[in-house]
Amino acid sequence: MKFSDDKLKQVDEMISHYPEGKQKSALLPLLHFVQKENGGWLSSEAMDYTAELLKIAPIEVYEVATFYSMYNLQPVGKTVFEVCQTGPCMLRGSDGIVDYIYEKLGIKPGQTTADGLFTLKTVECLGACGYAPMMQLGPDFREHLTKEKIDALIAEGKTKAN
Amino acid sequence: MGRKLLLDKAHIEGIRHYDVYRREGGYRSVEKALKTMSPDAVTEEVKKSGLRGRGGAGFPTGMKWGFLAKPEGVPRYLVVNADESEPGTFKDRYLMEFIPHLLIEGMITASYALGSNTSYIYIRGEYWWVKEILEVAVQEARNAGWLGKNILGSGFDCDIFVQPGAGAYICGEETALIESLEGKRGNPRIKPPFPAVKGLWGCPTVVNNVETIAAVVPIVNDGGDEYAKLGIGKSTGTKLISACGNISKPGVYEIEMNISVEEFLYSDEYCGGIANGKKLKACIPGGSSVPILPANLLLKTAKGETRMMTYESLSDGGFATGSMMGSGGFIAMDEDQCVVKHTYTLARFYRHESCGQCSPCREGTGWMEKILLNIENGKGKMSDIDLLWDIQRKIEGNTICPLGDAAAWPVAAAIRHFRDEFEWHVTNPADALKRNYGLANYEKPLEIAVAAP
Repeated sequence: MKFSDDKLKQVDEMISHYPEGKQKSALLPLLHFVQKENGGWLSSEAMDYTAELLKIAPIEVYEVATFYSMYNLQPVGKTVFEVCQTGPCMLRGSDGIVDYIYEKLGIKPGQTTADGLFTLKTVECLGACGYAPMMQLGPDFREHLTKEKIDALIAEGKTKAN
Repeated sequence: MGRKLLLDKAHIEGIRHYDVYRREGGYRSVEKALKTMSPDAVTEEVKKSGLRGRGGAGFPTGMKWGFLAKPEGVPRYLVVNADESEPGTFKDRYLMEFIPHLLIEGMITASYALGSNTSYIYIRGEYWWVKEILEVAVQEARNAGWLGKNILGSGFDCDIFVQPGAGAYICGEETALIESLEGKRGNPRIKPPFPAVKGLWGCPTVVNNVETIAAVVPIVNDGGDEYAKLGIGKSTGTKLISACGNISKPGVYEIEMNISVEEFLYSDEYCGGIANGKKLKACIPGGSSVPILPANLLLKTAKGETRMMTYESLSDGGFATGSMMGSGGFIAMDEDQCVVKHTYTLARFYRHESCGQCSPCREGTGWMEKILLNIENGKGKMSDIDLLWDIQRKIEGNTICPLGDAAAWPVAAAIRHFRDEFEWHVTNPADALKRNYGLANYEKPLEIAVAAP
């Protein structure tokens, strides 16, 4: 993995948010950036490159990447459904959403479809309790979910892949 | 209708952007503070306002600011906590999404009071689009001269950066947030030293919630005394409440802290009552960590007094019969909901979010989750209920940070008030798999003990 000059400029911009010598503070934003550039997950190579960019030890990257739930340490499908299942979403029927996705795609939480298109994850509270049930889809939230909306999201995921 | 100080203009078209925000009177507090007030005078107004931290702890903000150490030649930092992750809470998201400049304005004014030349907003990574909204707002403020060097010719320099988290509830705890902002795992620090003395990069730091900092704007504009006139007693001003669960109108409401819980829950101005004509069974009034109350303790206190939407009234009766204002995450449950299952999802949440540093929390949260799942699945024993009680008691107070308490309290309160529902799951396992316990006596008015003459 090696960034172009343009990407390296973006890395420098991130590091410029902190005082001299505190570039390690850019680790979380940089890992988001690296993950996006690496097809949605953090390989060992990607993490080592991150360490190199910030001039820190690789272990400092590994321990952070394994702590936060938004970093994927395994490859994921092209579309990742992250369905919230904490109390307030449960009260509004999030279990039914997870069941319906299983019915349509045959995947349980943590699984990816054989064609690599969809991954289903269950996640804990995402701060959309008033708009439940909901899921995270890439950088966006999809709220007030219904079976019809799930059908549409699946169709959208398939179109995107073609 | 109660007064609104934060969201009164949030619905105006285009208010997300600088021009409209400024036209509507935005950034007056920065002008007033930088041109006519000393930093200490700003802090003084915040003290007078009685403003209390809106993130959950309710600690007086002015006092927190007063603790900030000011050693010569050492930078100081203001960090805004936008790691909103307490189940039931989505108020800060609303404020940042619809009126982001209110937060930026509050931050500049607060940074001036605290002497912070670089301030950060730490926002949960899942709110990615909100982060982008904030970044646009910061750039607009910078372009208009409200950030940068020598703002308004005052000699005060300030810049703001937006830092994303990456999925960790624990980073809402201020020392974990600081660790995370330093590029580390979100493991809370042992206090003391407090952040006010040794915070970000070892420098004096104030960490404040989004809503707290936004409230600085009306406080500086109108004066702390005016702000303190709103509300009741030590619950001054307005509070954002995010209402969810089985209500007709979930959403974010700004209330003046002088209305009753009943008005908030049943009036059409706010929640609009329980959805689908059902009855209220239980409610967690201040985010998942605070004690759940059965309907009959929510609307009235154990003394039979009307329960109000204030810090004091919500906690009236202590943990025996009261709850807390917390973060303002108001979760209502209708008669068809299962308290055991709901408590299980919360236990699972805390197990997932425990950072793992302290054994009582790391081990206890997972243990509670397993027991609750067993009971929910009809595989529980009567002794499990006592065991759960025992575990939560051994977590509470025995951890570095309050996550342990936050994990223990929901389990404790559920057993305290809904023990018969837990026992029913144990004695009727087959039934419990098919249906829920229902409303039982949870809304039946309590008999109020009359004080002896």
